[in-house]
Amino acid sequence: MKAHYKTAVTTCALLMLGFGLLYSTHKTINVSAAAGGTITGTIKLDGTPPHQKPIDMSKEPACAKEHASNPVTTETVVVGPMGGLRWVVVYLSEGLDAGTASQVPSETPTWDQKGCQYIPHVMALDVNQHFKVSNSDPHSHNIHPLPAPNGANHEWNRSQPPGTPPFDQVWAGQEVAIPVKCNIHPWMHGYLAVVKGPTGVSDANGSYTISNVPAGTYTVTAWQEVYGSQSQKVTVGAGKPTTADFTFKAK
Amino acid sequence: MAKFFAVTILVIAILSAIPIVRNTWHPVEDISTHGQAIDDQLSETMWEAGISFLASQILLAWLIWRFSSNRAGEKTKSFPGGAMGLVAAAFILVGVEVLALGIFGVKAWANLYFTPPGSDAMPVQVQAGQFAFYFRYPGPDGKFGPIHADKISEASQNFFGLDPDSDPDAKDDIVTAEMAIPVNREIRLLMHAKDVSHSFYVPALRIHQDFVPGLDLQIHFTATKIGRYEIVCSQLCGLGHYNMKAYLDVLSQQDFDDWLRKEAAMQ
Repeated sequence: MKAHYKTAVTTCALLMLGFGLLYSTHKTINVSAAAGGTITGTIKLDGTPPHQKPIDMSKEPACAKEHASNPVTTETVVVGPMGGLRWVVVYLSEGLDAGTASQVPSETPTWDQKGCQYIPHVMALDVNQHFKVSNSDPHSHNIHPLPAPNGANHEWNRSQPPGTPPFDQVWAGQEVAIPVKCNIHPWMHGYLAVVKGPTGVSDANGSYTISNVPAGTYTVTAWQEVYGSQSQKVTVGAGKPTTADFTFKAK
Repeated sequence: MAKFFAVTILVIAILSAIPIVRNTWHPVEDISTHGQAIDDQLSETMWEAGISFLASQILLAWLIWRFSSNRAGEKTKSFPGGAMGLVAAAFILVGVEVLALGIFGVKAWANLYFTPPGSDAMPVQVQAGQFAFYFRYPGPDGKFGPIHADKISEASQNFFGLDPDSDPDAKDDIVTAEMAIPVNREIRLLMHAKDVSHSFYVPALRIHQDFVPGLDLQIHFTATKIGRYEIVCSQLCGLGHYNMKAYLDVLSQQDFDDWLRKEAAMQ
């Protein structure tokens, strides 16, 4: 009897020790901001952008009224006053270590439907990062992302009546980028870029920032919905900003 | 007992006729040139059906009252000619009624569908797709450029899949989300569906035509009153069918020209 008791206690102690060791090597989810560098830059368009057409929303009177004094246009190529290209997704296509690549931010950004437009027009997400889809309009929308077939991401579409709370979604695989449309309002169009690692999306001036980049050498890729992708190599030092500018050529 | 039944039939017939007559629903004001015949047909049908209903119920009640009997030994009366006679009479009566309606209605139908549009009718094209209508005007050259299904891009508002760079006829085409037409001008509407079946329904115009996928259809009409009307999809086409509509603006010729110029500038 006493022998069995001893075995049991020893086994338990060894098991506890073993698990303790395993847990101590487990990487934490939270990103340490102090350790990362940043990549910034400006994205420009060389040439004349294609004419962006005004959108007639008369089929949905609430949206037509909302934009009556300030009509919206298509957003396939949005260029600022100084030639800066907006809505370009910039990400690290090569060079990410496995640890950084597997980290998933805890923030849940919102993909909103307002005034019969997707706000923002392009959103960058990490793989397995949760995001919220919300409807801020007084009528239904039917959100329909169209990921590439036979991939890790599966197509879905969902009606969202007005006044209902935002719902949660997540993408399982890297994809640059998933086009999103609304089945009810044909002019609504946007993109969800799902990428492992930190990303940036250029603003109205064409400026972007990728934060929390560990020191190392990377291939930085910029993607725009009409002009496709461009890449360049950069080396990031710990805590120091690195610059990577891109110029797309208008066809 | 039978006499009570006869009275009950009469009472039910009259009581059901009263609310129908008192709450007659009238269609919206007709702004078309062909619609009068359709409205007349509707009126005639309602009158004829109403009178036939009351007449048949009164006749039934009278027959029950007159020929019913409780007395033992009384033979049952039968319709002259027996069962065959009854069937023949019913056949003839109902047949004549339906035939009459059909003959009167054929004229209204032929006036719209078997009469070709005038040579100076203004062509407008409409494409129905889940879940919106888009319209195309041929522009100054009067020709519609070819449609390339693979070039359709809703993100850049190319709903018809036009390729103005390669097709000169498509260069001046004007694509709009609203349909405007000049008043008192015959319109030749070219219709096709992008995906599933839809329907073009403007109640005030008395126009109701299905889009059949794969078919290029043509209808023609003339609007006689300036105003803003709804074009609603009236063929279930999916989850957005309830929301599928566009607006028809009937404008003066001057306003229409201004509108078309404004739309052309936005292409």
